[in-house]
Amino acid sequence: MCLGVPGRVLEVRGQTAVVDFFGVRRETRLDVVDEPVAPGDYILNHVGFAIRKIPTPEIGETLALYEMLLREAEHDIMAADVRGEIDAAPVAEDGPDA
Amino acid sequence: MPETAVPSAVDELKFRDPAKARALAAALGKVTREVGHAPVSVMHVCGSHEQAIAKFGLRTILPKGLNVIMGPGCPVCVTDLPEVDEAVVLAQDGKIIASYGDMLKVPGTAQSLADAQALGGRIEVVYSAAQAVELARDTTDDVVFFASGFETTAVATAAVALGDVPPNFSILSAHKYIPPVMEIVAEMPDSRVEGFLAAGHAAAITGWKIFERFVEKHRVPVVVAGFEPLDILAGLVKLIELVRDGTPRVENMFPRCVTPDGNRNAQRQLWRVFRTQGGRWRGIAHVPNGNLRLRDEFAHLDARSRYPIDLRRLWTHAPSALTQVCICGEIMAGLNAPENCPLFGKECVPESPVGACMVSSEGTCKIWYQYGGHPEL
Amino acid sequence: MSTVLRSPGETIREEVVTLKHGAGGQAMRRLIADILAQGFAPGPPDGIGLAAMDDGAAIRVGERWLVVTTDSHVVHPVFFPGGDIGRLAVAGTVNDLAMMGATTPLALTCAVIVEEGFRRADLERIHRSMQETCDEAGATVVAGDTKVMGRGELDGIVINTTGIALADAIVPDAGLRPGDRVIVTGTIGDHGMALMAKRHVLALEGELRSDVAPLNRLIAAALAAAPGLVSAMKDPTRGGVASALHEMAEKSRVGVVLQEPALPVSSVVRSAAEMLGLDPLHIANEGKALLGVRPDAAGRVLAALRAQPLGRDAAVVGECIVEHAGRVILDTGIGRRLVSEVEGEPLPRIC
Repeated sequence: MCLGVPGRVLEVRGQTAVVDFFGVRRETRLDVVDEPVAPGDYILNHVGFAIRKIPTPEIGETLALYEMLLREAEHDIMAADVRGEIDAAPVAEDGPDA
Repeated sequence: MPETAVPSAVDELKFRDPAKARALAAALGKVTREVGHAPVSVMHVCGSHEQAIAKFGLRTILPKGLNVIMGPGCPVCVTDLPEVDEAVVLAQDGKIIASYGDMLKVPGTAQSLADAQALGGRIEVVYSAAQAVELARDTTDDVVFFASGFETTAVATAAVALGDVPPNFSILSAHKYIPPVMEIVAEMPDSRVEGFLAAGHAAAITGWKIFERFVEKHRVPVVVAGFEPLDILAGLVKLIELVRDGTPRVENMFPRCVTPDGNRNAQRQLWRVFRTQGGRWRGIAHVPNGNLRLRDEFAHLDARSRYPIDLRRLWTHAPSALTQVCICGEIMAGLNAPENCPLFGKECVPESPVGACMVSSEGTCKIWYQYGGHPEL
Repeated sequence: MSTVLRSPGETIREEVVTLKHGAGGQAMRRLIADILAQGFAPGPPDGIGLAAMDDGAAIRVGERWLVVTTDSHVVHPVFFPGGDIGRLAVAGTVNDLAMMGATTPLALTCAVIVEEGFRRADLERIHRSMQETCDEAGATVVAGDTKVMGRGELDGIVINTTGIALADAIVPDAGLRPGDRVIVTGTIGDHGMALMAKRHVLALEGELRSDVAPLNRLIAAALAAAPGLVSAMKDPTRGGVASALHEMAEKSRVGVVLQEPALPVSSVVRSAAEMLGLDPLHIANEGKALLGVRPDAAGRVLAALRAQPLGRDAAVVGECIVEHAGRVILDTGIGRRLVSEVEGEPLPRIC
């Protein structure tokens, strides 16, 4: 529905920020974001506007949430089997030759 | 291979870990079996979810007993013929049309914007509403911003309307508002949908509490999920757990972007500029309050008030007989699959789409055509 | 099918040539097959002619092959990060010869069509760039033609180059066999993404640079490392790796399975693609080649490529299979999907 891309704020000039999107820089407008944004903050960009300031700790929290789901599933034999398969599978970086 | 050295990239890649994805898929298989009937049908109402499901090949690892239906989550697909026609007529009248790239190939009654461009119309692809304003500043000709997308995207249009714009700039709003159409889908008599996966980026604006009334009314769970492979899989695990337990409630599985109340600043700007209005969504139905239109106090920015737009001159052609056969509506309502459409992959292909589902990169039919629906790969 | 079922939009799309017919995908191949490749007397029986729609033609001359190719170049903007239309015009034709196995260009011709009002200094700069690129490739221009057209009758400048070369053996598009490995000679999507960042007022900043370069010496090294074992070659220009591989897979009647984690993509192209909602597999390259290689030779060819500066990021990215003939499948590391071809120029999207 809406392509949202996270990026890191490099510089703020009034209602505009220069944001680094994993190596590509672009200006992003700050008109609609509901918190003050400073260099170093992460924002979610949609069509050239920051729509949300992403609190860094919550990235870790989300990942922890998923780990919990996995641990719940761990008791299941099927899941354990699949995990075994994954561990046994060739490492992706080696490509099709592996 | 080049390294992704930037820290934010590393964070994002964690959400694409193949081993974790497979483990989550296994967990999903387990909860799906525990529901006790098959298939379990859930719907996502977000084209970007489908885009991610397709892009990362997630359908090949989803459990067999789980039916993830694509709902009316693509704003490009549901933009109605007359809305495209309005933009085409304005292009024919010599206005510069600034449009998001997504809208260019969407068929209107007679032409798409890409057709209008091939016939001499001036169509500029922009990435941001702010760029459409810049475009107007750099010319003395009239620039009409063909504003498409759901409320998330409408927020950007609102911000532009509230800012400083040159007199030759106006807005043709085709924005859509998603909550009303969820009601329509949930109330469809043939609906088999047992739970909804809600779009994380729209919820970043509206907040997740907006779904509470919906859950109460329809007694189906709603899970807000993000767009990385792990986000989607984890969102589905949580949703099926709620289905299994018979506990309809809203769960937010995208806390890094979504809060209970959303972005109030964005909401304020959105509703200052726009009001809802009933209107047809292509292939779905008349959706009460489904369209976002400029309020009267912004009439000076509204292309519909500023220019006479005579659509009748496009309607010298009878509507295509093919469009009568098209089952886009049933597909977007989750009642049918592209492979059951007699036109799919034959008369209707991405190069010459009949229905809008074949146009947008997040249209159900195009995604199935490009990525294969349930491929045995 | 009957005309009754046609929508007016379709009629418009069929009556005029639109930009998608030049975008390197199926629409373009159909236009060529339906109109432009029709009606000419067949070429020499054992050579490669127009009907093969390969990178160029091959005509037997005694024990060797004469390879001929021609290409017209238009690009916006004329000067772009990493190159310009002059470099593109020489490299494009040298590369088309190389993709047939002809890595020593005998000569190029060059026809320039310029719009009235084009700056002389720009023309000089383009000419210098052509010279430099010729030196890099060991090629030279032996004949030319110049036309000037009225203002507005042409958008700036068009350069056509034709190249000829002799080759001992021809490497066709259609030579892939099940089991063959697919090698890409470096990072993908650089050229198209650098141009897209400049067009569409995207205002992207970053180290996006076109990869435009003559590949003949790189390819010569690869061919020398495993004589007779490079089965197919194609440069993934317009339409990107997706289109080029589809064409190779279709002509060779094999399926291709690509390993996404193995695909070399620079972090900046990856980010820009992510931002604009595009797939690097759809983005044009002007200094990369796809090679089909017999399984035993893949290691040798890869090592030979990586020893060259233009091939240092080369990687084995896929394998040909018997099943799914004509299709390209992507293994994302999580699941699998079909790779699509682009229809028309890829456009940035927001949804």
